[in-house]
Amino acid sequence: MRRTLPIFGVLAVLLVAIAVANPYFLELPGFLAFVKRAAPLAILAAGQYFVIVSGEFDLSVGSLVTAEVVIAARLIDGDPGATWPVIALLLVLGALVGLVNGAVTTFLRVPSFITTLGMMLILAGAVFLWTGGAPRGALTEQFRTFGRGDLGPVPWSVLILLAVVAAVVLLMRADFGRTLVATGDNPGAAALSGVRVPLTKTIAFVLSGASAAVCAILLGGFAGVSAQVGQGLEFQAITAVVLGGVVLGGGRGSVVAAIAGAFTLEALFTLLNLYGISGALESAVQGVILIAAIALGALNLPAWAARARATNATTHTTPDPTHAKG
Amino acid sequence: MGLVLRMTGIGKSFPGARVLSGVDLEVAAGEVHALIGENGAGKSTLMKILAGVHTPDEGTIEIEGRALAFGHPLDAQRAGVSIIYQELTLLPERTVAENVFLGREPVRRGLVDRETMERTTAELLASLGEDSFGPRDLVRRLSVAQQQVVEIVKALSVDARIVVMDEPTAALAEHEVELLYRLVRQLRERGIAVLYISHRLREIFDLADRVTVLKDGAKVATEPIDRITTADLVRLMVGRELTDYYPPRAQRPPGDVLLAVRGGGNDRLDGIDLELRAGEIVGVAGLQGAGRTELVKALFGAEPFTRGEMTPRRPRSVRDGIAAGIGLVTEDRKSEGLALHQSVRDNALLVARARKGRAGGTVLQLLERVRLAPPRPEQEVRYLSGGNQQKVVLAKWLTVAPRVLLFDEPTRGVDVGAKAAIHELVRELADGGMAVLMVSSELPELIGMSDRILVLRDGRIAGRLPAGATEEAVMELAAGS
Amino acid sequence: MTQELHTPLPRTSAPRGLRDLGADSPARPVYLALVALTVLAWILFLTDGGQFFSQANTVGILQRSAALGIVAVGQTLVILAGSLDLSVAFLVSLVSLVAAETMAGYGVLPAVGAVLAVSALVGLVNGLVITRLKVHAFIATLGISLIIKGVLDQRYDGPAGSVPESFQHLGYDRVGPVPVSALLWAAIAFAAWFLLRRTTLGYRIYAVGGDPEVARLSGVRTDRVVVAAHVLCALCAGMAGLLLAARLGAGAPTVGSDGGYDLESIAAVVLGGTALAGGRGGVAGTAGGVLLLAVLDSVFNQLEINSFAKDVVRGLVFVAALAIYARRRLAR
Repeated sequence: MRRTLPIFGVLAVLLVAIAVANPYFLELPGFLAFVKRAAPLAILAAGQYFVIVSGEFDLSVGSLVTAEVVIAARLIDGDPGATWPVIALLLVLGALVGLVNGAVTTFLRVPSFITTLGMMLILAGAVFLWTGGAPRGALTEQFRTFGRGDLGPVPWSVLILLAVVAAVVLLMRADFGRTLVATGDNPGAAALSGVRVPLTKTIAFVLSGASAAVCAILLGGFAGVSAQVGQGLEFQAITAVVLGGVVLGGGRGSVVAAIAGAFTLEALFTLLNLYGISGALESAVQGVILIAAIALGALNLPAWAARARATNATTHTTPDPTHAKG
Repeated sequence: MGLVLRMTGIGKSFPGARVLSGVDLEVAAGEVHALIGENGAGKSTLMKILAGVHTPDEGTIEIEGRALAFGHPLDAQRAGVSIIYQELTLLPERTVAENVFLGREPVRRGLVDRETMERTTAELLASLGEDSFGPRDLVRRLSVAQQQVVEIVKALSVDARIVVMDEPTAALAEHEVELLYRLVRQLRERGIAVLYISHRLREIFDLADRVTVLKDGAKVATEPIDRITTADLVRLMVGRELTDYYPPRAQRPPGDVLLAVRGGGNDRLDGIDLELRAGEIVGVAGLQGAGRTELVKALFGAEPFTRGEMTPRRPRSVRDGIAAGIGLVTEDRKSEGLALHQSVRDNALLVARARKGRAGGTVLQLLERVRLAPPRPEQEVRYLSGGNQQKVVLAKWLTVAPRVLLFDEPTRGVDVGAKAAIHELVRELADGGMAVLMVSSELPELIGMSDRILVLRDGRIAGRLPAGATEEAVMELAAGS
Repeated sequence: MTQELHTPLPRTSAPRGLRDLGADSPARPVYLALVALTVLAWILFLTDGGQFFSQANTVGILQRSAALGIVAVGQTLVILAGSLDLSVAFLVSLVSLVAAETMAGYGVLPAVGAVLAVSALVGLVNGLVITRLKVHAFIATLGISLIIKGVLDQRYDGPAGSVPESFQHLGYDRVGPVPVSALLWAAIAFAAWFLLRRTTLGYRIYAVGGDPEVARLSGVRTDRVVVAAHVLCALCAGMAGLLLAARLGAGAPTVGSDGGYDLESIAAVVLGGTALAGGRGGVAGTAGGVLLLAVLDSVFNQLEINSFAKDVVRGLVFVAALAIYARRRLAR
């Protein structure tokens, strides 16, 4: 818990700052509009969290989101009857992509950085190959409702976000979640405790893929169909997770904090907008915040190479007074 | 003969434990000086002080009459101390020559002088009579013995005055030991002082000129090798008052056979026959590299037997072993036993969760059963003492009620008070009907706890001893003198 | 282990240059693949009525791959040192603008100086953030790349500055049949190869990437090595930016990200057999990786297959190649 506190503090400060600049934010519709905007990234960050906490990366989610939106538009093509089957298909497709990522990473032992980078290229290429270069077709009003419609006073995407948050929190409290974190922390100890490490990590990738599908459904509704809809989302999701205090390399950090990281990022963008700093500097501020947060918050972040070494050669002794015996 | 190393009155404490006190040690040029002692006697600490890794609390070190500055390994290196650690410090993807000159490559006209590097390395290799590999071979391609030669060449290339070897034969096969002997003798002929740390008495009689015995952090004796016998050395090393308290042995005769192996073997073990019965503690002794850890991992299914018969059926994976009711408390808690950043609760429940089973009873009851005090389930295990960490590992296994528990060095890195608590727990589990196999390199513990003892040597069972065997008897079987 | 001692190791006696592609070289698989692909391409071109080894085609391949090739050389250095650099793509864009604007205002030489200064500074910052602030290289360089992107988005809407005719020769001229850009790539690759093989810095890059602890125990100042590798990597990206500015005749804020130089350069390095964790591999393999991708491209162009298929095949090639490497390493 200790590690997750700063992000909530930062988020609170940002929210207050937004409210000062724009009192409408304090009214329910204003606040809900903010949550609605943040929902897709928050859901994507929740999915990315599973992968990162298990000690891996998922760089394919941005491409996956684009692919899903483009596929949805092409398949639905304005036909209301196709909405639900296509939504089901998107979820299955997302999970399937995750399954492939996980299986290649764990069973073929390709570093997840490369696996998901390859998947990113494959998805981006395949989708445009199929659509012939530009997205075609159209989403139905019914489909777009999830991203931009409301149920009474509450946007659908907020409800979906709440459902996702409830689900991931329950999942992290369940056996699977605890086992997943332990696996990321120490795969060797987990394996010797009977944990199926490859299976556990693969499920994390499947969850990430499925969350990208949900994110795509919301973004398709919210932002419409374009070939750029998912661009850079993988890095935003990783940024959000890391801002939440989740350690690259695995085993530490909470999913709620990762989601809070996504909200922090979105609040930051909102604030910059309010103060008239155009979208152009958004990424620069994101970069500064990212580095500053990590440098200040996690000075003991283990180096990537150090981890790789530790898994290759577990026999290296570290000077440890309690073990200093002759 | 000139004195190369003089350590005077070395003392060192770590929080909670005095590891060394008033140790004097002198090593002369061209002398092979053996340093022996049980686990925990202080050998490694003494070596690390010489290497500049630890700073002593008291005492002085002189190398060829000049006081050694402490603080950084580089200082020791510059003073002519070269250490060959048990874990070799080589880069596998670089060549022999590149490793030998790592960090101090010769430079000519601004460029690395590969020719000098390779020529010097080749000369040093030739001077050691080593022709099975050359300066351009990748270290990755070399056997462990050959890599040790590289370490020695590295020591020679810095013009070391004293070479310290820490258990150099631990990772070597029998025939490779001969090669090492040859190297050590060559170092001696060059007038280099060799400090040779080993458990194996035979090596000491083969190689050393003098031997110093450490016990419980103090020097017991320094003797020329020809004025001492194996029996003397064993007595000096282990002879102690039996002040440690061990729980009483099993009162009842052992029960049913819960695990049996006939002819078990894999690439590290051969011809393993053993039976574990309900209610008994079987101790496993052996030198480093004798196959102790390999044995428990084979029984558990982590590095399975590839031949032989086993009842219940031979586990082919960890999950097989757990399903068959076997648990393993590993030697290295930090790398193999615990997820250090997770809570006590998450660690204690890891095995149960991996099996999708419910733990028997609540976590608090479980922690009470292993007497974890204070029982705080939400605390991260990395903040616990070694003893409490071990109790968490034990709790992890109790959740699935195994019938056979394997312990690999159950009290390593555990302070004295916690040791007794763990000993009692182990005995309690046996009394409760479990079969226990316990590997330990601490002979008093092994003898104090075990109902019978198996001694391993070179991957085979070298002998079986009854309860109350003497340390000398165990040592003799283990060292095969 | 016991087996190994009885089989004496083969003595390495091949000349040093050839040794780089010897059986033990991590670069060998990529060149075998390159040869196989070239033969395949040659046949495909023939059946399609084209000529793979025509001057136009080979020159095109070299010209198109030069910029990625140069960035990948720098990326090789940081990956060998156990780090990585995600900021190169936006740095390439930034540098192309710096070059074009400075050239328009002050001339070519000051522009080259400015480019080198900006690149070195970015590399220095990357290296210091990683070593001093102890930020994971992935996050540190991602953060720096976002900062550069912000600056670009803020200041530029489209191409800016202009490159004088004289400097555009760098982009299009040829010496005999060989494009100048390819010569530049070859020169930079050779310089990096030389650095790795003959200088203490090169040796220490391998040591730090191989095992930082062993390097430290041997007296290597590991932080300095990582920083130096990052500066060199950024300088390579700077050279690539110059080249692209020469080719475009102006600076462009999207030239780097459109080219995907960040992830593609990492992929080319890894395809070339360099270990992602560092300490093993080299520039020769990276060049092979870049050429492999370029030949693949030219096949697609010839067959007039939709250019997006290229990405699919690239992705498959990366993953398949790495899966094969992983198998090979396990087999040892």
